Amino acid sequence: METIINEFREIAANPKKQLAMYKALGKKAIGVLPYYAPEELVYAAGMVPFGVWGTNNKNISRAKEYCASFYCTIAQLALEMLLDGTLDGLSGIITPTICDTLRPMSQNIRVAMGDKMPVIFLAHPQNRGTSYGLKFCVDQYNNVRKELEKITGKAITDDDIVKSIRVYNASRKARREFVKLASEHCDVIKPTVRSAVLKAAFFMLKDEYTAKLEELNKKLVALPIGKCQCKKIVTSGIICDNPTLLAVLEENNIAIAADDVAYESRAFRIDAPEDIAPMMALAKQFANTDCDILLYDQEAAKNNRGEFVAKLVKDSGAKGLILFMQQFCDPEEMEYPYLKKALDAAKIPHIKIGIDQQMRDFGQAKTAIQAFAESI
Amino acid sequence: MSEEVKAPGKPVNKKASPGVQALRDVVEDVYAKAREAKKRGEPVGWSSSKFPCELAEAFGLHVVYPENQAAGVAANRDGELLCQAAEDLGYDTDICGYARISLAYAAGKRAAKKLDAATGEYVIDPNSGKLLKDENGKVVIDPVTGKPKKDPKTMKPFTVLDDLNEIEKLPEGEEKERRIFALKNYRQMIMPQPDFVLCCNNICNCMTKWYENVARMHNIPLIMIDVPYNNTVEVESANVEYIRGQFEDAIKQLEKISGRKFDEEKFEKACANANRTAKAWLKVCDFLQYKPAPMSGFDLFNHMADVVTARGKVQTAEAFELLATELEENVRTGHSTLPFPEKYRIMFEGIPCWPKLPALFKPLKENGVNVTAVVYAPAFGFVYNGLDEMVRAYCKAPNSVCIEQGVDWREGICRDNKVDGVLVHYNRSCKPWSGYMAEMQRRFTKDLGVPCAGFDGDQADPRNFNAAQYETRVQGLVEAMEANKKAKEGDN
Repeated sequence: METIINEFREIAANPKKQLAMYKALGKKAIGVLPYYAPEELVYAAGMVPFGVWGTNNKNISRAKEYCASFYCTIAQLALEMLLDGTLDGLSGIITPTICDTLRPMSQNIRVAMGDKMPVIFLAHPQNRGTSYGLKFCVDQYNNVRKELEKITGKAITDDDIVKSIRVYNASRKARREFVKLASEHCDVIKPTVRSAVLKAAFFMLKDEYTAKLEELNKKLVALPIGKCQCKKIVTSGIICDNPTLLAVLEENNIAIAADDVAYESRAFRIDAPEDIAPMMALAKQFANTDCDILLYDQEAAKNNRGEFVAKLVKDSGAKGLILFMQQFCDPEEMEYPYLKKALDAAKIPHIKIGIDQQMRDFGQAKTAIQAFAESI
Repeated sequence: MSEEVKAPGKPVNKKASPGVQALRDVVEDVYAKAREAKKRGEPVGWSSSKFPCELAEAFGLHVVYPENQAAGVAANRDGELLCQAAEDLGYDTDICGYARISLAYAAGKRAAKKLDAATGEYVIDPNSGKLLKDENGKVVIDPVTGKPKKDPKTMKPFTVLDDLNEIEKLPEGEEKERRIFALKNYRQMIMPQPDFVLCCNNICNCMTKWYENVARMHNIPLIMIDVPYNNTVEVESANVEYIRGQFEDAIKQLEKISGRKFDEEKFEKACANANRTAKAWLKVCDFLQYKPAPMSGFDLFNHMADVVTARGKVQTAEAFELLATELEENVRTGHSTLPFPEKYRIMFEGIPCWPKLPALFKPLKENGVNVTAVVYAPAFGFVYNGLDEMVRAYCKAPNSVCIEQGVDWREGICRDNKVDGVLVHYNRSCKPWSGYMAEMQRRFTKDLGVPCAGFDGDQADPRNFNAAQYETRVQGLVEAMEANKKAKEGDN
């Protein structure tokens, strides 16, 4: 088990190495920015979808030529890596535009990349469950499909997409299973390990990733459920993959029972149907995604998302929630008062910790987490 | 337009002209009618500024506009108070200032005059008011303090935050009456609470979550027109089809809210009015092409209230048409609403810092800089023919278009309106707007050969504006424009 975990750790910590490895194998890779890009199409095209969610190891320098300071560091550092050569191995990049930072960033990236690499634009529909919303989504995904075909010079068949959907559904299922097992075996799967295992998915072909993860899951199932003395919490936010920050949880004997994190469970909560036309299946997968800070809630007057997260905490047996608030993330910030309302109503304690990817000093977060751990 | 007026603009009478007054009356009327409708028990909606107003207009529904309200609250110097109130409710300081003001207001927070609980009198702010002058116009000195005296009639009470919901819960009596009476009563502070909300995210995604929050607070329906961001200058037919589908559903929802059937004739009338308003608005904006201009570009910031709140009303079109005749007259007679001679002409990029309008104006005035171009001109000039074109028009909001379209709009008005430089507001409240301005600045300089300067500010939260930095940046821009001018003169 240690070997598999170490492999995931190694991949999660060295995406650049991973990109070079695929390149050496003659594989093309396509960068995928947040959120909800239909990675299945990249896989179906025979290429490697490569997650580009910023980095914890760089500072913003070149991206300042395009951005004022008040933009989320995930987007700014993604641009930084495109500008400083880190992502030169990519054969293209998909830029979704579902938040106010990603809108202009899609333009900045297109301008900055010029002839360097194709930048594939993607606009999702917010009125997504309606017939016209689904049709629009299919149209947009068809644009992505065509652009990917231009890169490979080969048509993506419906059959390719059907197979890809199966691979992705299996991968999502394995990750959901892992999240449960990680909670049951929190003495083995500590927060840093959990994060590395889930993060590796962004830099691997999903069939390879799933095979490895299923192997790990099997080993975890075989383990007796230990008597863990950890205090279990649910994490929430866009991304919380900083090993130094996650180590603070471990130092305080905190384990993650479940998560409402965009980089983790929000990305694999919903499967694509396998019994309908594949492009529509992908549109449905997006349409069926809900209770997400980035998505319009068609029952706006209700507090669906807040209550969903509160229920997640209760169902997972967690004692509280830590919200890792990504600085300058308006959608997350906008949803906070109603998340708080739902948590308070369910008597779930929580703390909100402001983070960004250029954070190097965790003193304040450490104190807050320590105090929270003592209080739950 | 020709450049027939060569003399520097002579200032016009300070009193509002009939055209300007008519425009003010239109906005006043929108708010007043909404208040009356609310009193009669009719539903009142809150709408985002670029929601297709023609739809609600077709049902005769009364609609008010939180963005216009927030700008007004900020201009009345209550923006910081309500922003802080929203922060106390859990909304982060990073969130758009308009949204924070609106959310605090939706939650019942109000600006009020400070009361002394013991005496029931207002507590006067000693820093407010104008200096007292004697009959000879000389400042009166207080013999006790030796300092200039203030005119007590112009002094105002401190402003404090109050809560409408708390007041409503009070038992009938003196305290309740006093607190109600102490609430500020300018139109934006007495806007009716919503019974439904109309959200169109063509200007930003923040709008989506802002309106969801309002819908939750009041447990009311939300009508959502989602306009996806565009990566091309042309709007694809897939986008048109998607938005038309939403229009049909919006109409069904509005039928439910209003209890009336969709009136095709009224809708067409509203469309005709909106087109007429847009054309008249563009005509007014085009007067800034004259050199010197017959108006101050800051006037357009005031007139925006009309294109935001009353595009679909015939009175708005008529008021803009009247203003156009006055501007025509200014051109003929060499007058201008600009209170100083126009030496330089600039494009002001972005939403103004409403709480700091005098501070924005000051260094421009000192340096003879007139704002002769603002992107609002093309941004609200929705001229269309038929439903598909209408949909396409609503896809073209400043924050929903690709960089090429954004640059093209701006460079078009910069050329037509003969600007010497560009002043860019990096607006903390508006991520989609400010997000590609750095690249745009580079293009303006390259394509137009004009200098650009940027400053940090905020459309509603005064804490994000620094007057000293702004003045330095304006100074830098003026120097660069001066150098450009000299270089051009040297070439000639």
